[in-house]
Amino acid sequence: MTLGGIDIVVLIASLMSASTPILLAAIGELVAERSGVLNLGVEGMMIVGAICGFVVAVHSGSPVLGFFAAAAAGAAMAVLFAFLTQVLLSNQVATGLALTLFGLGLSALMGQGYNGLKPPSTPDIRFGPLADIPVIGPILFSHDWVLYLSLLIVLGTWVFLTHSRAGLVLRAVGENHDAAHALGYRVRLIRTAALAWGGACAGLGGAYLSLVRVPQWAEGMTAGAGWIALAIVVFASWRPWRVLLGAYIFGGVTVLQLRLQAAGIAIPVQILSTAPYLITILVLVVMSARRGRAALGAPAALGRVFHASN
Amino acid sequence: MKRRDFLAGTAATGTVLASGLANRAMAAEPLKVGFIYLGVPGDGGWTYQHDQARQKMLAHFGKAVETKVIENVPEGADAERSITQLALAGCKLIFTTSFGYMDPTINVAKKFPNVKFEHCTGYKRAANVSTYDARFYEGRAVIGTIAGRMTKTNKIGYIATFPIPEVVQGINSAYIHAKKVNPNVEMKIIWVSTWFDPAKEADAAQAMIDAGVDVLMQHTDSTAAMAKAKAAGIYAFGQSSDMIQYAPKPRISSIIDNWAPYYIQRVQDVLDGKWKSEGVWMGIGSGVVEIGEITDAVPAEVKAEALALKDKIAKGEYAPFTGPLNKQDGSPWLKAGEVAKDDVLSGLNFYVEGIQGKLPT
Repeated sequence: MTLGGIDIVVLIASLMSASTPILLAAIGELVAERSGVLNLGVEGMMIVGAICGFVVAVHSGSPVLGFFAAAAAGAAMAVLFAFLTQVLLSNQVATGLALTLFGLGLSALMGQGYNGLKPPSTPDIRFGPLADIPVIGPILFSHDWVLYLSLLIVLGTWVFLTHSRAGLVLRAVGENHDAAHALGYRVRLIRTAALAWGGACAGLGGAYLSLVRVPQWAEGMTAGAGWIALAIVVFASWRPWRVLLGAYIFGGVTVLQLRLQAAGIAIPVQILSTAPYLITILVLVVMSARRGRAALGAPAALGRVFHASN
Repeated sequence: MKRRDFLAGTAATGTVLASGLANRAMAAEPLKVGFIYLGVPGDGGWTYQHDQARQKMLAHFGKAVETKVIENVPEGADAERSITQLALAGCKLIFTTSFGYMDPTINVAKKFPNVKFEHCTGYKRAANVSTYDARFYEGRAVIGTIAGRMTKTNKIGYIATFPIPEVVQGINSAYIHAKKVNPNVEMKIIWVSTWFDPAKEADAAQAMIDAGVDVLMQHTDSTAAMAKAKAAGIYAFGQSSDMIQYAPKPRISSIIDNWAPYYIQRVQDVLDGKWKSEGVWMGIGSGVVEIGEITDAVPAEVKAEALALKDKIAKGEYAPFTGPLNKQDGSPWLKAGEVAKDDVLSGLNFYVEGIQGKLPT
């Protein structure tokens, strides 16, 4: 199926892969923000995940172990952030920015000597005859396991937040931490857990870059993906399925503009390369205009410092 | 100050004051040389090569020179601040190593008339600002020849960064020489609007591969496209740095920037007090543009053809932009045998005839 020199099926299959890093980072950050903490350190957690996953995968020869290490490293970064913001009550915005800078520097240090190495490959899962179905086969049944995991995480996050008691408690903490505290919920513990989960997802997203999508290590290779993930959480008005939509729109337009150029379609390059950002802003404007500000759904306690004495 | 220097210093002033001062005056302060990098030395490409040259320069001069480096400096307002910082830190010679530092360099140079500045790939000069650039397009002519011979689908890809003259020269030169050996060749160009973003570079490479490209060139800095080329089993060329880790395939050759001879020369000039503002544009002949080893994946006769072209360029017997050449719209540019002048090339803003697509402006 081709349209204007672009194979639509290949386009969709490649946009899914291109969107996975930001999807993973964004869905993790969504959980953290629903618990009321704004962690601007996504970029830093991603890149530390990217290098840790890469190093472990190269030495062990197992990409699966690499992804585990990346999740652990991302979570460790997030726990550091949780300690600073939840126990020492430091400013969340400043601490998040510091976490990003720290992560970029730490990853550059750890990555010395890993430039140009090739990681063990993460093969696509074989679905046998399913992969041969026209159109649906290449789109749905031709990916690696991490991509399917990312979709499962979106589903799991949605089920957890909207259909489980634990999810309700987490949202309560994010909406009004004083009330949650008065009810006997352990606000700091819940927030630390949410942050650690967010960090683990960001680490996975980073490792997807260094192990699957690029796949190699280069200093600063996330190149702003963490910031896009943060924007997508707002774009999605803190809802899991909209995070999926936002990540795929953003990744899709990015991939599409490159392919339009390869197909030689005469649209000015500047318009094409700003398109992902323009479309993201447009959707945001439309969504917020229609329902009013409250309906955007930001957790009420987002970014506010919690101290039990208040 | 190191503890040892401190002890030596106090000992000198405490005991034999006069001779201590004399020693101070004789052991000249090392010359401080500053460097502004666009990326990080770990990019394996552009910045890596500048940093290699810096280290070679340091090794050459030993204790007479000291360097200060600021990495990851965005092109724009931030650059001006970073360059000022180096000047205030006592650097007497500052190399700013990307096109986008042109105006910031000129602005800072006005405030520090006693500091010498060297701007890479720009065209604005002042009494204390020199420019230096390499004729990368000479290297592109050589790899363009190889690309034209190696492609089976007759589609070669070029991952382009920004529509500045250096990149346009590269695209034109590669196309002209690929076309010369393979009249059916078609060039696909993707502008990624970044020098360094491995994920985007990889996506662009994949888009090319899906569109049937089987020989890939890049103007971007990372080795991401190389990894995609390897997975797809097509050919590619190292850029800025040798990228030899991808030899013998996909990397079949490369264009290497070797800035070391120039850096050593300019630092020597400052030490000798002979530094003058000038604009230099060095090519294969001066050793600044090198062609990386052509691997065995390339047939011997193609290799010989490419090396012969390289030698002719190095000796000055052949210029890559020699007429007859038409502009993209078909209007004449160079008459038969006419060679493009440097001032035209340094502002090159059009494709030559045969390239599809519109050059962004």
